[in-house]
Amino acid sequence: MACNILISDDSISMRKMLAFTLTEARYQVTQADNGLTALELAKTQTFDLIITDVNMPKLDGLSLVRELRTLSQYKYQPILLLTTETDPEKKQEAKRAGATGWIIKPFNPDKLLAAVRKVLNCSP
Amino acid sequence: MAVDMTEVRQLFFEESFENLDNMESNLLDLSIGPIDKELVNSIFRVAHSIKGGAGIFKFEHIINFAHVTETLLDEMRKAEHLVTQPLIDLLLRSVDIMRMILTSLQEGTKVDEQEVLDCENQLKSFLKTPIEVPFLEGHKSTSSTNNTIIPPTIPPIDPAEMLIEGWHINFKPYPTLLATGNDPINLFRELANLGTLEIFPNSQQIPSFLALEPQTCYLSWELNLHGQLPKTVVEEIFEWVEGDCDLEITPLKKNLPSQIAPNLHPISLVPSGKSSQREELSASSQKLNAEASSTSLRSAPIQLGQPVEIKTEKVETETQSAPPFTLPLSSSMENPTLSIEAINSPIPSLPLHLETLSLPLEDPVKPPLDSSLDTHTHRNNSSEATSIRVGIDKIDDLINIVGELVITQSMLDQVGEDFDNSKLIQLRDGLSQLERNTRELQESVMRVRMLPISYSFNRFPRLVHDLSVQLGKKVELKLSGIHTELDKTVLEKMSDPLVHLVRNALDHGIEIPLQRQLVGKSETGLLHLHAFHQGGNIMIQISDDGAGIDLEKIRQKAIQQKLIAPEDRPSEEQLYELIFQPGFSTATQVSDLSGRGVGMDVVRRNIRSLGGAIEVQSTLNKGTVFKIRLPLTLAILDGQLVRVGQEIYILSLLSIIESLRIKPQLVNLLAGKAEVYKLRDDYIPILRLYDLFQVTPGTTQLDQGLLVIVEGDGQKIGLFVDELLSQQQIVIKSLETNFKKIQGISGATILGDGSVALILDVAGLIQLFHGRTQITVPRSASFTRNLI
Amino acid sequence: MTQEVTTVSNKYLTFVLATEEYAVDILRVQEIKGWSKVTPIPNTPDYICGVINLRGTIVPIIDLRLRFGLPCLEYGPMTVIVVLRVISNQRERIMGIVVDAVSDVYDVIETEIKPPPDFGSVISIEFVKGLVTVDEKMVIILDIDRLLNSNELAIVEPLTH
Repeated sequence: MACNILISDDSISMRKMLAFTLTEARYQVTQADNGLTALELAKTQTFDLIITDVNMPKLDGLSLVRELRTLSQYKYQPILLLTTETDPEKKQEAKRAGATGWIIKPFNPDKLLAAVRKVLNCSP
Repeated sequence: MAVDMTEVRQLFFEESFENLDNMESNLLDLSIGPIDKELVNSIFRVAHSIKGGAGIFKFEHIINFAHVTETLLDEMRKAEHLVTQPLIDLLLRSVDIMRMILTSLQEGTKVDEQEVLDCENQLKSFLKTPIEVPFLEGHKSTSSTNNTIIPPTIPPIDPAEMLIEGWHINFKPYPTLLATGNDPINLFRELANLGTLEIFPNSQQIPSFLALEPQTCYLSWELNLHGQLPKTVVEEIFEWVEGDCDLEITPLKKNLPSQIAPNLHPISLVPSGKSSQREELSASSQKLNAEASSTSLRSAPIQLGQPVEIKTEKVETETQSAPPFTLPLSSSMENPTLSIEAINSPIPSLPLHLETLSLPLEDPVKPPLDSSLDTHTHRNNSSEATSIRVGIDKIDDLINIVGELVITQSMLDQVGEDFDNSKLIQLRDGLSQLERNTRELQESVMRVRMLPISYSFNRFPRLVHDLSVQLGKKVELKLSGIHTELDKTVLEKMSDPLVHLVRNALDHGIEIPLQRQLVGKSETGLLHLHAFHQGGNIMIQISDDGAGIDLEKIRQKAIQQKLIAPEDRPSEEQLYELIFQPGFSTATQVSDLSGRGVGMDVVRRNIRSLGGAIEVQSTLNKGTVFKIRLPLTLAILDGQLVRVGQEIYILSLLSIIESLRIKPQLVNLLAGKAEVYKLRDDYIPILRLYDLFQVTPGTTQLDQGLLVIVEGDGQKIGLFVDELLSQQQIVIKSLETNFKKIQGISGATILGDGSVALILDVAGLIQLFHGRTQITVPRSASFTRNLI
Repeated sequence: MTQEVTTVSNKYLTFVLATEEYAVDILRVQEIKGWSKVTPIPNTPDYICGVINLRGTIVPIIDLRLRFGLPCLEYGPMTVIVVLRVISNQRERIMGIVVDAVSDVYDVIETEIKPPPDFGSVISIEFVKGLVTVDEKMVIILDIDRLLNSNELAIVEPLTH
């Protein structure tokens, strides 16, 4: 069964870019345009991986991660943050929130797939 | 495989422009003083997402600029700044700069670097913290015109590390490691991609089965990674578990086994469920051999999925002699305790040393970044595909109607099967249902092209803000009816006329605060843009409470320009009409301010070319209202059918002013041949349509037919026709598809009976008519001539 | 090879106009239809009868008799319109021509088409592709692209095209 990935980003082009790259790699992709929608979607099914932007309307990425980690089905699931921050302090903040890792924007499709493969156990 | 980034690029531009519009309007909403956090946050997000998106395409100009803007906004949202007018103005300018950079990127033109730099420096001067260089993936700057994506490169190896055999890694996860979603098996897999990996698990910490917490990590590992790799590459693998484990990475000496505790046995990492490695290895050239990749590291960057020569002999022999201990690679995420499973199974007694660890990297993605991408991402100027965003409700409507259409069709199908007269009623019902479906479908499809006028109105807050600052005026802009929808083409063509009218209102209409006070008005002037539906038309009103139009000044100018004689007493309407005369308003100004590119004549011409009309009402010292009337769509028009002899012609209802029975005593003959009709204060030339078109009329007696007063291109004319028939909506068909353009005819339509009727082009008719009647008009009528 | 070349033949539709028989390449014929009401277009030469509605598109109708300066016949149920595809400035236009009657379909061997002599025919040789003799009758093969793009029928394309 293909891996299910939920992506959450308010930017359409970023979402499209993510979805496109991941779909081409035969992952199944579900999209949300804000953190709240992502959280709602995450509750309807268990995604193998969640990739979320940090700056989003309604619910920001870090809060989304914190919320997800309180759900039993997401306690150990990988969650990656999309961030432009290179500041080590911010990275630690992400870790404390419960993120598995981060993808620094800008990234190219290879980087994205490498990061996804790094945390996914299922093959696409 | 080529990832077609063109579409994503296009989307990025569209989205960025839209975001910048929002950023602009949010900036305009920002009030001076303390920060409105929510508002600043949403402004911040725009700069942020433009930076992020631009990074994908390596648009450096915009990345750097957006980064500076973002940093300033970040400071603002942390309340390190107070909102001041200069700050707002600067941020507005940064919106302009970003728009400019995006436009030039989109069109492949050069960016005005000086201007970008100026604004960037201004932004920096506001910053409290020094700016750091935005992160760019490991490579030096590429020029903005080179929009190709560069494949990831592996950093060069430090010469000192060249001598190193590999790395010894002591990895002791904290028990909580799994709770971050990280999994050691994944890390090992990544490591195995870099070179030959030996894994020595330490299971001493595993408690008794009953005490075992499946979600706790009890294992630790010692790993040997063979291959000449920079340490940073290895460290990067563990980047995400930093702080969740004890990690030691030391260079691997030649005599590696001595480093390993004697009771540990190495495990080779091979994928699960692959019984015959030989088949796997020979079957696919997509597999990546660790040895091959590690040797190629120094020479060339690895591209995933690039076929790599594979050496199989060693693996074959070894796998045959003793099946390797396998670690399941595809263990599911629900089961993070996979390593425990592995440990509980018997560890092979024979220590296996696999010199080559082959990991079939079943890369399902052909690398998204192959060479053909370059051609795809290169700027293609002709790809300026315009698109519109259509609301989901409109699409749903269409789907519903098509659904109904299918039902109707199947119903008619049934009626059609062994049809007899008893089914006539059903047939009639079916046909009328079909007619309704078709009409609804047509309307819904038309709606897809409709966009809210807010697309056009949204630029005015900024324009009014900038202009009022420039003119030293205080203006409140009110927008209403912004959800009124217009055809996309109409909307686009209305853009310039609206800007002109708004500028006019600010330039000439609204007075400076002092003058307003003098006449007892509030300092702040009101400019109101209002859009609404009226009888199948879209109305747009631009009203201000300014000085109004001084008709006496217009009269003087008209006399000066010899448009009227000093003794003429033109009506108000005729004087307003002068505003729309070419060269009138721009050549000599009613107010002192300089004119701009287009005049009111151009405004009116644009509106008329859309089949619309504009009129003006003004009261001195009270204000001015421009009323624009536009058709809903260009493909359909509200037509008036008229009959001349056997022929039926169609006039756009918008062009008709009135129709009347002719009173013979009001018909005058100019120069003995040109007939004019005295309509109140006006003389309207009479055009006998049958004469111009050479068809046999029902009557040539003026008092037996009708005179339809129409207006086209600013001139009025009376068309003499036999009679008026019905009014109906008609679908415009082009004559040019199979024939050519005919003067006086704007197209054709198909009437209910299947016959063709021609649609008259009033402006063309008037030209045709004037071409025929080369008459000299006596002095007394010259004023009228000038105005019509 | 030469043997093959000589046998290349095309089908032509012939029609009668006054006393003469004309032919057009059958591949250019879209359909043949009876007379239906034509909407005249003002200020065009008399040979342009007007336009008709052909399944939703507006198609101009040309009276060939008038185009060739022959006396016109009254239009009626027997009148025939041949709807043709005409190539004009690299695009296709659909036009109808009014003829007296459709006559036959012939196989014409291309090499048997003779160049038109400069004879005193009613039509200018500029619109004649050639002459061919079929069953001892002379048939005039029309160059419809030239004929239906001449004079008033020509498209004046904008210069920017």
